[in-house]
Amino acid sequence: MKKSINILFFLAIAAGLVGCNNGNDRKSGKGQGGLATNAAERVYVAPGEHDEYYAFMSGGFSGQLSVYGLPSGRMLKVLPVFSQNPENGYGYSEETKPMLNTSYGFVPWDDSHHPDISQTNGELDGRWIFINGNNTPRIARIDLKNFATEEIIEIPNSAGNHSSSFITENTEYVVAGTRFSVPIPQKDMPINEYKGNFKGSLTFISVDQETGRMGIKFQLIMPGFNYDLSHPGRDKSHGWFFFTTYNTEEAHSLLEVNASQNDKDFIAAINWKVIEEYVNNGGGKMVPANYAHNVMDENTHMATSTMLKEVLTVNPLDVPGAVYFLPTPKSPHGCDVDPTGEYIIGNGKLSADLTVHSFTKMLDAIKNKKFDGEAYGIPILNFEDILAGVVKQPGLGPLHTEFDEKGNAYTTFFISSEVVKWKVGTWEVLDRQPVFYSVGHGMIPGGNSRKPFGKYFVALNKITKDRYLPTGPELTQSAQLFDISGDKMELLLDFPTIGEPHYAAAIPAELIKNNSRKIYKLAENKHPYAAHSDGDTKVVRDGKEVHVYMNMIRSHFNPDNIEGVKVGDKVFFHITNLEQDFDVPHGFAVIGANNAELLIVPGKTETLVWEPKQVGVWPFYCTDFCSALHQEMQGYVRVSPADSDIELSWSLGED
Amino acid sequence: MKTILKMLFVSSALLVFAACKNETATGTSVESSTKSDVQTKNQGQAFIEDDESEPNLLQIAIGSPDHTTLVAAVQAAGLENSLVNAGPLMVFAPTNAAFDALPPGTVEELLKPENKEKLAYILKNHVTPGNYSKDFLKKFKKVGQASGEDAAVEVKGEDVYVGGAKILASVPAGNGIVHVVDKVILPAN
Repeated sequence: MKKSINILFFLAIAAGLVGCNNGNDRKSGKGQGGLATNAAERVYVAPGEHDEYYAFMSGGFSGQLSVYGLPSGRMLKVLPVFSQNPENGYGYSEETKPMLNTSYGFVPWDDSHHPDISQTNGELDGRWIFINGNNTPRIARIDLKNFATEEIIEIPNSAGNHSSSFITENTEYVVAGTRFSVPIPQKDMPINEYKGNFKGSLTFISVDQETGRMGIKFQLIMPGFNYDLSHPGRDKSHGWFFFTTYNTEEAHSLLEVNASQNDKDFIAAINWKVIEEYVNNGGGKMVPANYAHNVMDENTHMATSTMLKEVLTVNPLDVPGAVYFLPTPKSPHGCDVDPTGEYIIGNGKLSADLTVHSFTKMLDAIKNKKFDGEAYGIPILNFEDILAGVVKQPGLGPLHTEFDEKGNAYTTFFISSEVVKWKVGTWEVLDRQPVFYSVGHGMIPGGNSRKPFGKYFVALNKITKDRYLPTGPELTQSAQLFDISGDKMELLLDFPTIGEPHYAAAIPAELIKNNSRKIYKLAENKHPYAAHSDGDTKVVRDGKEVHVYMNMIRSHFNPDNIEGVKVGDKVFFHITNLEQDFDVPHGFAVIGANNAELLIVPGKTETLVWEPKQVGVWPFYCTDFCSALHQEMQGYVRVSPADSDIELSWSLGED
Repeated sequence: MKTILKMLFVSSALLVFAACKNETATGTSVESSTKSDVQTKNQGQAFIEDDESEPNLLQIAIGSPDHTTLVAAVQAAGLENSLVNAGPLMVFAPTNAAFDALPPGTVEELLKPENKEKLAYILKNHVTPGNYSKDFLKKFKKVGQASGEDAAVEVKGEDVYVGGAKILASVPAGNGIVHVVDKVILPAN
């Protein structure tokens, strides 16, 4: 009897255990609904708590860069980069307008694509983030202390600046490869003479390690292919840069047919260290150019735009050993290098397979001159000699690959709308998950560096259709967060994004958050129109221009009554925020202004131009609910007829 | 001694059950989890309700009485979502008669679950990225199929053959075009 009781206990225990196992299986079950798993718990960041990662997502056709927290998917900020931003006056204020200057004049919009965070020894260091403007070729540098665009450099001899802004592993260079080849230098010529006459430029921009300042070191003038995406060598392949090409057919019309005729296009392997040495020894040809270099000064808070008039070009044939072509099937799009630097992945967007080249085999093929012809004098390596492996039939329409630190790769497939995990080295497919819908880039924090943080994968989707409440015909794009810490990827969350998220970059929050600036120190404010104290406030006429030296503090402007302004004047409101307290910006808006507001953070001076067109007494006010007496923070400008002889006067608190 | 042992059993049993109790808090997930597995099967763009847009490639195939074999094959291969994405895609859609012309038993064999990948490969050999009319296809010597293989394009008089299959009719779709063909385009591999 006792025995049987014991057996019963055993059975009961066993049953209990089995039940629990089932429970665990359920927990990690594949269901995509938050309720089916504990997914909600895993993305929940309690009120007041911080996210684990910053994710910087390209704003695509908004031209900006958005900042999200992961895993919550909460949007923290939109950083204006290439487009005017009425929300804070970027591109509207006198100080920031020069940031958007180009050789084409003021260009207030662009199509931002591929953010990349600065690195040291191939690891994310969180100093700066770079992003490219695709339409009017530009590269921007955003400082990650100020979370502000500090520099934009235009790229001459380029068009469709798509294969950028990727950086080498010590941030020596940021690259900008042209998607559209063009006549270099530009000239009036028939389009159908493209072949052999148009050229593609690959621009290497050096980065000053102290200031982050960018300068074009050299432009490699390549055959007239389309240079799509690029990736620096890492670790053992540091010193090389790889660019995918398509349209090696050099078609100039109906590319969807004519650029898909060759079975293989190329990945261009560029030994930039060899070219660097060549130009350091006086190599290359300085040619006339015209491009803008715009820099924001952290102390004057003013941007200056300088037009540069020449650029150093390099003909690849003049530098032996610098450039080779790696044949890669079917119009490769993404070009990705694994964290060890050994494998170069060509994501042939019209191919059913993924092609992986071996860096070691590439060097060997170069050494032993295993060439399979040449294109415009550039040696083509023999495909079979450099091939490391093929991921067979992983999906349809491969675009991009990212890596974790465990030797796995994650490739996005646009047509079959899925993410596929595969093993680097064995090329075996380990897992696949659908995405909703039609994913472009994927991103793992540090996933293109030597040190990935393989906890999350973010799919950046082009299409959402029915995923959210409908908002008319124009729908949002989305990001989808997968937990990739286990053997199988698990969908945790999806959230909408701004513009079209192309690439994104994420970094552990700890590497940035403690450096984030709280205020600009008034003592360091070197703005020439700053009014540091009430004694500095004044209004000065210079012909038709009126300069208002104004400051602001909770809860008034000084001055807040201005008279003597006339119709036809151009009024410059130079406003200094005297606050030296965290998170107390003030806004400034004046009726009928033909630009935007200003949002001025503590310690900063910014300038808005106002051209009054009507006689009257016109109010201005603070737009940011700054204090309990925010509604009292206002003022008036009296505007008199153009021929009035009322003298300028200004005051605060006078009867 | 025996009592101690028993006590141990009881307490460990309790522990086990207590642990289970925590689990049962999410016990309802049993049903929802199985449900969501079903959802995983029937989710994706193929299953969005939309009667306003121009029909997509899949909807056209489903609506055609001449393509019931093809539709059954697409469903068996789980390729629904690949036919409804932004594309653009050209689908060379063999008629029921084209499938019937295969050696007896071939279709039945391919529809077996264990042959899912093989079937998917054959079907992908009927899909080309792009959207070209029959006339426009005359400009091509070959087209690259989603399987990774090429299919030759031949022009004989007014007729266009792709991979040996003759285009009988063409139906534009919201995300590409369906070319109805008279033969199954068997892959070389």
